[in-house]
Amino acid sequence: MSGPFRLPSGGLIDRGRTLRFTFDGRAFAGHPGDTLASALLAGGVRLMGRSFKYHRPRGPLSAGSEEPNALVTLRSGARAEPNTRATVAEIYDGLQATSQNRWPSLRFDLMAVNDLIHPFLAAGFYYKTFMWPARFWERLYEPLIRRAAGLGRLSGEADPDGYDKGFRHCDLLVIGAGPAGLMAALTAGRAGARVILADEDFLPGGRLNAERLEVADMPGADWAAAVVAELAALPNLRLMPRTTVIGAFDHGIYGAVERVADHLPEPPPGRPRQVLWRIYARRAVLAAGATERPIAFPGNDRPGVMLAGAMRAYANRWAVAAGRRVALFVNNEDGLRTAADLAERGVEVVAVIDARPEGARLPGLRHLRGAEVVATAGRLGLRSVTLRHSDGRRETIAADALGVSGGWNPNLQLTVHHRGRPRWDEAIAAFVPGPGGPPGLAAAGAAAGLMSTHGALASGRARALEALADLGIAARAADLPRAEDAPVSLRPVWHVAGARGRAWIDQQNDVTVKDIALAHAENFTGAEHLKRYTTLGMATDQGRTGNVIGLAVMAGLTGRSIAETGTTAARPPYTPVAIGALAGRSRGKAFRPVRLTPSHRWAEEQGAVFVEAGLWLRTQYIPRPGETHWRQSVDREVLATRASVGICDVSTLGKIDIQGADAGAFLDRVYANTFSTLPVGRCRYGIMLREDGIVFDDGTTARLAEDEWVMTTTTANAVAVFRHLEFCRQCLWPALDVQLISTTEAWAQYSVAGPNARRLLERIVDQDISDAAFPYMAAGRVTVCGGLRARLFRISFSGELAYEIAVPARYGDGLIRALVEAGRDFDAVVYGTEALGVLRVEKGHVAGGELNGQMTALNMGLGRMVSRKKDAIGVVLSGREGLTDPGGHRLVGVRPVDPSAGLTAGSHLLEPGAAKVAENDLGWLTSKVYSPHLGHDIALAYLRGGEARIGSRMRAVNLLAGTETEVEITSPHFIDPQGERLRG
Amino acid sequence: MRYSIWNVLAQGLTGHRGWKPVWRDPAPQADYDIVIVGGGGHGLATAYYLAREFGARRIAVLEKGWLGGGNVGRNTTIIRSNYLLPGNEPFYEFSMKLWEGLEQELNYNAMVSQRGIINLFHTDAQRDAFVRRGNAMILHGADAELLDREGVRRLYPFLDFDNARFPIKGALMQRRGGTARHDAVAWGYARAADALGVDLIQNCEVTGMRIEAGRIRGLETTRGRIGARKVGVAVAGWSSRVMAMAGLRLPIESHVLQAFVTEGLKPFIDGVMTFGAGHFYVSQSDKGGLVFGGDIDGYNSYAQRGNLPVIEDVAEGGMALIPALGRARLLRSWGGVMDMSMDGSPIIDRTPVEGLYLNAGWCYGGFKATPASGFCFAHLIARDAPHPTAAAYRLDRFRRGLMIDEKGQGATPNLH
Ligand SMILES: Cc1cc2nc3c(=O)[nH]c(=O)nc-3n(C[C@H](O)[C@H](O)[C@H](O)COP(=O)(O)OP(=O)(O)OC[C@H]3O[C@@H](n4cnc5c(N)ncnc54)[C@H](O)[C@@H]3O)c2cc1C
Repeated sequence: MSGPFRLPSGGLIDRGRTLRFTFDGRAFAGHPGDTLASALLAGGVRLMGRSFKYHRPRGPLSAGSEEPNALVTLRSGARAEPNTRATVAEIYDGLQATSQNRWPSLRFDLMAVNDLIHPFLAAGFYYKTFMWPARFWERLYEPLIRRAAGLGRLSGEADPDGYDKGFRHCDLLVIGAGPAGLMAALTAGRAGARVILADEDFLPGGRLNAERLEVADMPGADWAAAVVAELAALPNLRLMPRTTVIGAFDHGIYGAVERVADHLPEPPPGRPRQVLWRIYARRAVLAAGATERPIAFPGNDRPGVMLAGAMRAYANRWAVAAGRRVALFVNNEDGLRTAADLAERGVEVVAVIDARPEGARLPGLRHLRGAEVVATAGRLGLRSVTLRHSDGRRETIAADALGVSGGWNPNLQLTVHHRGRPRWDEAIAAFVPGPGGPPGLAAAGAAAGLMSTHGALASGRARALEALADLGIAARAADLPRAEDAPVSLRPVWHVAGARGRAWIDQQNDVTVKDIALAHAENFTGAEHLKRYTTLGMATDQGRTGNVIGLAVMAGLTGRSIAETGTTAARPPYTPVAIGALAGRSRGKAFRPVRLTPSHRWAEEQGAVFVEAGLWLRTQYIPRPGETHWRQSVDREVLATRASVGICDVSTLGKIDIQGADAGAFLDRVYANTFSTLPVGRCRYGIMLREDGIVFDDGTTARLAEDEWVMTTTTANAVAVFRHLEFCRQCLWPALDVQLISTTEAWAQYSVAGPNARRLLERIVDQDISDAAFPYMAAGRVTVCGGLRARLFRISFSGELAYEIAVPARYGDGLIRALVEAGRDFDAVVYGTEALGVLRVEKGHVAGGELNGQMTALNMGLGRMVSRKKDAIGVVLSGREGLTDPGGHRLVGVRPVDPSAGLTAGSHLLEPGAAKVAENDLGWLTSKVYSPHLGHDIALAYLRGGEARIGSRMRAVNLLAGTETEVEITSPHFIDPQGERLRG
Repeated sequence: MRYSIWNVLAQGLTGHRGWKPVWRDPAPQADYDIVIVGGGGHGLATAYYLAREFGARRIAVLEKGWLGGGNVGRNTTIIRSNYLLPGNEPFYEFSMKLWEGLEQELNYNAMVSQRGIINLFHTDAQRDAFVRRGNAMILHGADAELLDREGVRRLYPFLDFDNARFPIKGALMQRRGGTARHDAVAWGYARAADALGVDLIQNCEVTGMRIEAGRIRGLETTRGRIGARKVGVAVAGWSSRVMAMAGLRLPIESHVLQAFVTEGLKPFIDGVMTFGAGHFYVSQSDKGGLVFGGDIDGYNSYAQRGNLPVIEDVAEGGMALIPALGRARLLRSWGGVMDMSMDGSPIIDRTPVEGLYLNAGWCYGGFKATPASGFCFAHLIARDAPHPTAAAYRLDRFRRGLMIDEKGQGATPNLH
């Protein structure tokens, strides 16, 4: 048998197979159907973890996802998974689990000294000390605190497993497959509705699997299995076991995480570890059951003390006895079931300590009415329980397990995700779902505070019928199977008064009754202040086990009711979720899509170096054999372009086709300068302002026909400009006859620049492109290579005689090859983004560093382009006083006085001799390049009163590097300021 | 009562019976000299500095819920003074200096921790912008360093250096940046203000303003009428609603920003880092949770909660930056309502109503501003003149074209 505490028979485990695993290196065995906790308990292990603050030894409190104590690190190496709840981890052959937050070992943990000095570590003590001397916080106190804090450890290695995401749609989402959920799913499934039934457990059935209760005259677990079999056969119903619905979001969207492969050593090839589902549900039934709560009494945290319902689950579902001599401490009728079930299974129940004074006694058991537990003993596990009889007499009983039941709290968390307010229900002494929950979501069963099996079945059916009626889906009410309908009989006992010693409320965070009293004394009495001051409810169970007790204790101290005290809001996720699952496939190289230009393959063949430009990969430069430094390649590309001709892929520029009778008027409104007067067959450089008068983007727009235009934008703003234009078209001026389409991906576009650009293109373009036929700023449709349709623009970014030629994207690869071939006689180069940058800085064209969203046309020296003859977006606001300061920033050029001195973009400009303080800060270098033409660094800069300073000397300081360079302020046009070359 | 290690030891030995309430719960008086609306970080700090630095008396703070329940108790706790523009940097550096002596001044450990912040860059253009910014910071008396790729790797070897979609090229670092325990900041100011006689009145929502002849006279509240000679409004995400009571429309939109924390983990990330190729930032709390966030949800909202798309986007950024995060678990997510201004910078100014002052527009960055915001707002209210470091935060700057637009996004609040 798998362990000394395994009961000889029963349980929903497959005894025919044995699975071997280790915990802290020790070997154990279990069966399929076991969790790590059930198998360890069967093996006689009660000590599974250490608490957060005092490092108290702890065993499992529960048998579910609310577990605050039995947290272990599962697996090892890069797959190590800290803080995994042993109570829900399915075992597999070869599983490795390790305890955490202890040193050197779980049994002997030196950090437990915290427990010895606990009087000084009460709630919030750290707010009152560690303040002197101030510098010691970062140097001494905080590092010590940080080292002691935390639970498990991240491996630091990349998560090797894959994750995925998907969408699902349904009429009815049923959350939880206990009796309420099964009945709801059955009702809706039989009616033909599209149903999703999700449950966090690997075995549907909920509490029915943990109880000996009968449903329809058969064991509840059998009834559940039969219903599940029927549901599984329905084509319109999807069963999702191992799937936790983690949050209720807007518009009926639920997040759910399916653990596809956590029960396997590793995901099978090609399968994800987990999947995040976004479930779009027209209606939802929350049938998530309830969570039992403990009672606070001194020593209620020893390994061996666990929830009575969990004890019952271990016995019934996993055939594990929680101990050899079991005591129970209950305040309600449900807890007595544990006594009966254990006795029935042959486990010795030494006492049933029942806080309720009145009522019948359980036959055949030592049922002590009106008694309470006042102490426990046992260092690493429970040895004895001391109780106080109704007459005040104390008695100590040897026991190695104590089951505790303080009542049940509905699992209403999802109803609170939309700021729903739970309501206090005096009858069951618990919060139940209140108003303000997510529209379309209704709670059923224990989640709604209906604690009997009959109540669960009936409400599950009722909520499903209501949802179906709402959706107009005809349904028949299925017969309700026979089931117990016991009323809740409970006498609230939150903590045992008049007992000495620490009584734990939030077990993981070590919050005790005394901490609540301290919070009360210091006036942290509201639910939220209490939480934040004591950390009550901030542990990994989000207060599922302790919150209500803490609030009740506070209510007792303030004299307010629990309803008045209120509760804190549960937040998504319902249970903690691996960040990998939320990210899905978007990681590593797949974090964002990669966009490749049409010449990419060709460039790769040439050994190009690529650079990220937004989502694009662009050619940065193409080294030739023998070039060992990037500057050699870039200088060569620049010089060759200016000397003869260079080709550059500019397909990444945004391209927008604009058509319609009012397209010209539209352009006049979105560009600061005028376009409507542009003749067909010409293009013009334009600047576009944001509404606030700041320059948004620049580019050229060509008029191909009377009502057909093509706009180019910068690469960076391609999407933003298109979005802006669509907004203008659809929202601002819907009456204009204008249509837009983004054609960025549709065209491959190359710049051909340099004195031989025309000669090269004449070999490609079928038409006459002589200066007379195709002058500077001409644009039009041509054909290339003997008939392929193309667009040609005579525009220049480099200041050279230059063209941009565009062909449909699928011919881009062919065209780059044809251009290179045609350029062979001219020693044409293909240049990348680096050379492009050098060429444009030499020419003084603004780009990224200057188009930074903070500067006006005036700042850029383009003030005259802002037409005052018409109105356009941004023009009025660009005239505000703050944007028209005559002494404000202007674009200038900067060169080092000593040509061998380097410049750094981002350096600030100061007057000679001025102190390095902000008041003297006159500007900064926006872009710098090395100009192979001039033989030194050059930069563009924004400088206060810039034009007036041209010719003067200043200092470019880079305080980050501790450097400073004497510079001369120049015109931003370093090359060919008169523009003779481009008209050539 | 003064807090100290001796106090903690003495109380520990005597069962913690001697601790006193951190603040009183006074009933509102009929009128005050100065009423601050909003018991968040800024409102509480304002009340404290009014009493402490500017000798004001008869001050009340009105809070509709519980003290510190707004954004001050929901943020990701990052403090830094790594701003670029002259309108901002002196203010945030002033704030940083106040943080540096705050705990000793308030006698409350707000865990101000200067463990350093790095902003990663991934392109040359981003680097150039950071060089510009780093220089601006130093010129303003703050500290800044530029790290290269290896410098970043030495600090955080587990970032994705080898398989990243957007390679890490370096970072701008401010060593004096870090975090502070957000709740403790609110509580520390509240306790200190209370000790100076400020009435902190919780569960008291302002529902109307009494304005006569262009002058504020008092407030309508859920706890009755309260008279006031001067009123300072510091209600963050609710600014537009509250100022509408005075008939003012603000250049502010309200948006939701989410934040996230993982289960407790042993020390993994020492300082604060921001990803430059996606919207993601992270630090680790002293308790061990990784605290992280990213973009605002993008739509206008007064709901203090967000939706899945941004949760996923933030997780993607996290995984792209730190591939080991996959096996850390998200414990909680929550949202706060951001007062997003038209240029991404705040407003601390007089209003057209005499005696009514406004402190708003903090976007997702007002926590770090708490001390300076309180100080400067107090200065403005007490002296009716702006504090020199906050002089640019004027309400009329949009009309006058004096925007302070750090990100260069213009009047599109959801992009700041
Ligand atoms: C998720 C998130 C992350 C953030 N991260 C950071 C960060 O890392 N670093 C940083 O610097 N900043 C951050 N911030 C921003 C920062 O938290 C806020 O800018 C700042 O807290 C706002 O000032 P406050 O503290 O006064 O606001 P709040 O704390 O919101 O205070 C406003 C108060 O006004 C009250 N109020 C509203 N209406 C009324 C009324 N009618 N009557 C009475 N009272 C009223 C509210 O209840 C609230 O308590 C973040 C914000 C969020 C939401």
